[in-house]
Amino acid sequence: MTLKNSDITVGILGLQGAFHKHQKMLERLSVNPIIIRYPEEIEKCQGIILPGGESTTMTKLLKSMALFEPLQKYNGPMFGTCAGAILLSTGCDDPRVDHLAKIPVQTSRNAFGRQIESFVAPIQIKDFDSDFQGVFIRAPQFEKIIGTIEVLGRLNQQPVFLKYGNVLVSSFHPELTDDIRIHQYFLNLIQ
Amino acid sequence: MDKSSFEVKVGLAEMLKGGVIMDVTNSEQAKIAEEAGAVAVMALERIPSDIRAMGGVARMSNPKMIKDIQQAVSIPVMAKCRIGHFAEAQILEALEIDFIDESEVLTPADDVNHVWKHDFKVPFVCGCRNLGEALRRIGEGAAMIRTKGEAGSGNIIEAVRHMRTVQMDIKKLTVLKNDELMAVAKELGAPFALVKQVAETGKLPVPNFAAGGVATPADASLMMQLGAESVFVGSGIFKSEDPAARAKAIVQAVTYYNDPKILAEISAGLGDAMRGIAMEEIPEDQRLATRGW
Repeated sequence: MTLKNSDITVGILGLQGAFHKHQKMLERLSVNPIIIRYPEEIEKCQGIILPGGESTTMTKLLKSMALFEPLQKYNGPMFGTCAGAILLSTGCDDPRVDHLAKIPVQTSRNAFGRQIESFVAPIQIKDFDSDFQGVFIRAPQFEKIIGTIEVLGRLNQQPVFLKYGNVLVSSFHPELTDDIRIHQYFLNLIQ
Repeated sequence: MDKSSFEVKVGLAEMLKGGVIMDVTNSEQAKIAEEAGAVAVMALERIPSDIRAMGGVARMSNPKMIKDIQQAVSIPVMAKCRIGHFAEAQILEALEIDFIDESEVLTPADDVNHVWKHDFKVPFVCGCRNLGEALRRIGEGAAMIRTKGEAGSGNIIEAVRHMRTVQMDIKKLTVLKNDELMAVAKELGAPFALVKQVAETGKLPVPNFAAGGVATPADASLMMQLGAESVFVGSGIFKSEDPAARAKAIVQAVTYYNDPKILAEISAGLGDAMRGIAMEEIPEDQRLATRGW
């Protein structure tokens, strides 16, 4: 079944962080985004994006607003950027963060250091014909990557963009660029 | 690899949207703030209401105390330098603070100039009362703006005034023609290129947060509905009866600012808010918001 972008409903978790930037990106791609703040909105979505922000903050709100379990049960395509990627992973170095465990990878929070170590760098992504501008903000790193995970993007050998079934995670922020290719890649998983 | 570009600085501000940044004076308070769901903490030795009460010169915090707080939490840590005190800012950068607040809450060090923030790798947030002030700060390199309100007052009226003024100033620009924008830039005392950009986009080029006087979940909701993208809470949390519960409620209020039912639930049983001061009780020369040029 092939759907047009305009036929797809994509949810963006709207508790905290850069969800408006994802919304703008999806609107550019003619998708109808909905901002998820209530459990009943989850089942309406054909795909869900978990944005960057603070993973401790999002954990608190996911738990107190009864969103954690419905997201855990959700089987559709998911895409997590930065803090969203941490939430989709199976574990990290901080016990205050809870994980949806949608992709069997460990994450290390703020692995590059504090904000002064944040950076922009070109990254190579599989099947993209030119570099993608990777914006890394207090970015995490992916660790203990097993064979069933496909590494789609690397920065100096370091994996920064992963795919596992219908789940994508990036440690950088495509929503902070003007480049629509990664969001379209995610939409292709839905189509 | 490009570090410290403006894009990277604004990027962190984007990640803090829809969140609450809380003033803390020690690592215990920082942990309470993080546990409550704060997106960042502001490390300072005295919260604004105490600065107001104690008088004297308020300076950058002791680096030892800032380091203790950095050790205690994993969320971003901000700290304040005095207006125009670029040496304090350099020290804060050396401490690898995540965001520097060039703040009117501290005693100004320069009554003409602000810090030239483009020189720094670390992003800055600055206060404003109107669009001209916001654009001057952005022109100097600020990656985030917060409306000033009146810090340490527990009174939301100034925050509302400043947010409404900024929003009104922006709306006016969007209906002006190119040939009218130069005169407005002159009137605002703001760089023309930024005035033109705001006229075209209808918004500030960097995130705009609210500060100064937020004491309740309803205050947070009010500021978000008026167009704030996040909320700073200073004295409002640790001057209240039950800081942990109030902090958590304000975090939820910023996310669910448009849902009065949830706001009613989370506002119940929080204990007393900070007492607060009527603006008439604060003499003109003791108002913090008028600092900054």
